[in-house]
Amino acid sequence: MQGSEVKPKSASPLDWLTGTVGQIIISLFVPIFTFVVLWQGFIFLRDSDAPKIVIVLVAIVWGVGGVALLYFVSNWLIEKLSPFWVRTLQPFVFVGPAVAILAWYLLFPSARTFWISLFNSSSTEFVGLQNYVAVFTDRTMFTAFRNNILWILFGATFSVIFGLLVAVLADRSKFENAAKSLVFMPMAISMVGAGVIWNFIYEADPNIGLLNAIWTSLGGEPQAWTSLLQPWNNFFLIVIVIWLQTGFAMVLFSAAIKGIPGEILEAARVDGATELQVFFGIMIPYIMPTIITVSTTVVIFTLKIFDIVWVMTGGQFGTQVIATQFYREYFTNRNFGYGSAIAIVLLLAVVPVMIYNLKQFGEREAF
Amino acid sequence: MSSNVGSAKKDKLVGDLVVNVALALLVLLWTIPTIGLLVSSFRDQFAIATTGWWTIFPHREWVTIKTIEPGAVERDQPIDVENIRATFDELREGVQSGDKRLVWIGNRRLGTIQVQEQEWTMNLDFTLENYQNVLTGKRYEVTQPDGSVKIEQGSDMSNAFLNSIAVSIPATVIPILIAAFAAYGFAWMKFPGRRMFFIMVVALLVVPLQIALVPILRDYVRLDLNGTFLAVWLAHAGFGLPLAVYLLYNYMSTLPRDILESAFIDGASHFTIFTRLILPLSLPALASFAIFQFLWVWNDYLVALIFIGATADTQVLTMRIAELVGSRGNDWHLLTAGAFISMVLPLVVFFSLQRFFVRGMLAGSVKG
Repeated sequence: MQGSEVKPKSASPLDWLTGTVGQIIISLFVPIFTFVVLWQGFIFLRDSDAPKIVIVLVAIVWGVGGVALLYFVSNWLIEKLSPFWVRTLQPFVFVGPAVAILAWYLLFPSARTFWISLFNSSSTEFVGLQNYVAVFTDRTMFTAFRNNILWILFGATFSVIFGLLVAVLADRSKFENAAKSLVFMPMAISMVGAGVIWNFIYEADPNIGLLNAIWTSLGGEPQAWTSLLQPWNNFFLIVIVIWLQTGFAMVLFSAAIKGIPGEILEAARVDGATELQVFFGIMIPYIMPTIITVSTTVVIFTLKIFDIVWVMTGGQFGTQVIATQFYREYFTNRNFGYGSAIAIVLLLAVVPVMIYNLKQFGEREAF
Repeated sequence: MSSNVGSAKKDKLVGDLVVNVALALLVLLWTIPTIGLLVSSFRDQFAIATTGWWTIFPHREWVTIKTIEPGAVERDQPIDVENIRATFDELREGVQSGDKRLVWIGNRRLGTIQVQEQEWTMNLDFTLENYQNVLTGKRYEVTQPDGSVKIEQGSDMSNAFLNSIAVSIPATVIPILIAAFAAYGFAWMKFPGRRMFFIMVVALLVVPLQIALVPILRDYVRLDLNGTFLAVWLAHAGFGLPLAVYLLYNYMSTLPRDILESAFIDGASHFTIFTRLILPLSLPALASFAIFQFLWVWNDYLVALIFIGATADTQVLTMRIAELVGSRGNDWHLLTAGAFISMVLPLVVFFSLQRFFVRGMLAGSVKG
């Protein structure tokens, strides 16, 4: 496939001309045609008054097909070049679009946030690192940092452990799909739904709140679990996120466990290994890369945790975390400099995770 | 020998039992909160606000069997009634004796004494009203200029449902496609800046999307993109890409090197290897990310609100449901039904993609 543009030497100058000109014309025509088709689709979607269902169908085909077409056409163009250029440029066809989108949507806004964090609350006066000094000396932020550490220590750890446990148990059970679906269900519930669900559990009125109903029937006084019971109220919020995230970990672990060749497990069992030995001796080492991936993402989720805290307590009663403090300062109090500094501190917290992942990346060899 | 086989069989049976019991316990723990929501969604507004959802199960409750008119009994002295002597204040709180309970209902002068006994009951009056209200739109009473009251039906959910589909499907497939190409590039291609770009991807995992909303909105307004599907797809793609690239990279980099090597020897290009070999082999990872991304986009409120807006024509399902609560916040019982209706499609996606999580995807691809 590569090098198909190399013409035999015996060809006449005329053939060479038509060949090259033809190639150039096609190479120009195809991208232009693609562009026109996609542009027409965009105009149709923006201005059309067609029935909703037609617009929805066109949107899906145009959106999904368009992106696939762009990759196909740009790769087709690249592969017309000489092998050297194919080798040099093709990686950018693969990686380029992702890098460009990431730069636009996340990298530049982050850089801008860093810039704003060096200014005062209305972004009119340069204050250097003063906002950062304030972040690290504020008592409210201190509680937020403590809470985020609690979230990672308990929320992330138990999500991963329960996810792995369910995945392993389900793999051995006849009711695998039913069990996995039920544990996964919380993932499918919107944040608003999750908020309602947990209000039915944490409600202070023992007639409505399940936890208080159990607690009072055991002889206790009704408690306001998520507000007045500081600092333990954080743990009641963490339970919610374990409930939500276990499904995430479970799906990825389950996919990884399915990737362990059946023969290896069979062989170990035939040789008389106990289930615990199979689990720790074969499964864990085999899915170690997945465990690292899942742990990294779950730690990052819990580091960024926002919705659950916001829905349940609004970050009050000593349950604030870094992300809710950022939101409150930046959007509610319009304290742009200080709010931005909090967001940048959140970015710094991920450095250790990054270093670990990069060490792994550096050991890889590509083609 | 035969007894050995027998005991092995018995071990396996015990093992299966332990596995299934442990699994059942975990599943039960995970399901109880959702069951609460499901049950509540079938109860009416008053029942939700006064009694727990678990009262639908058989439980013992005080039931009045007799009402006594105290008549002219002196309220300030201990009162003798049904062989019990108690003061008014004690009766007010409820006096228990044996399996009977006496409660003073009403005020001091005109109240009555109820004799109650514990009985097994279940609160089984269910209603479909919540679902009806959510699906067909709520009824509003509108006072006309001439003073008469007209009942108007709010719009149904179909429009919001279609909008959600038009947003969610491309916003799931586009980032997966872009991320799959990038993940292959990072895992198997050599190019300058590879390490730096990968650092960027991992670092951006932690960026909270809230910081991007304002700058992106400004760009969209300048490009006249705001309010289009493309705008919201790209935004979801941007916010989902770091995780997508990271997860897919981690999966693709564990694929055996030998497969790619032999494909290169056969003269295949990177593009052919990617589309014909790596994509099919990565189906479990692609399917798992597709599930997550679909859920996040489907349940997203913030991104859709900012980039396509909340007008009746463009709003997505999450906005429609948030709207149900009403500006006075007194219709939140409708959220129970709304939460379940909006869960249907994500669960369908989960079930249909679950079949990709099967053992033996790589079977036969590696020569022993």
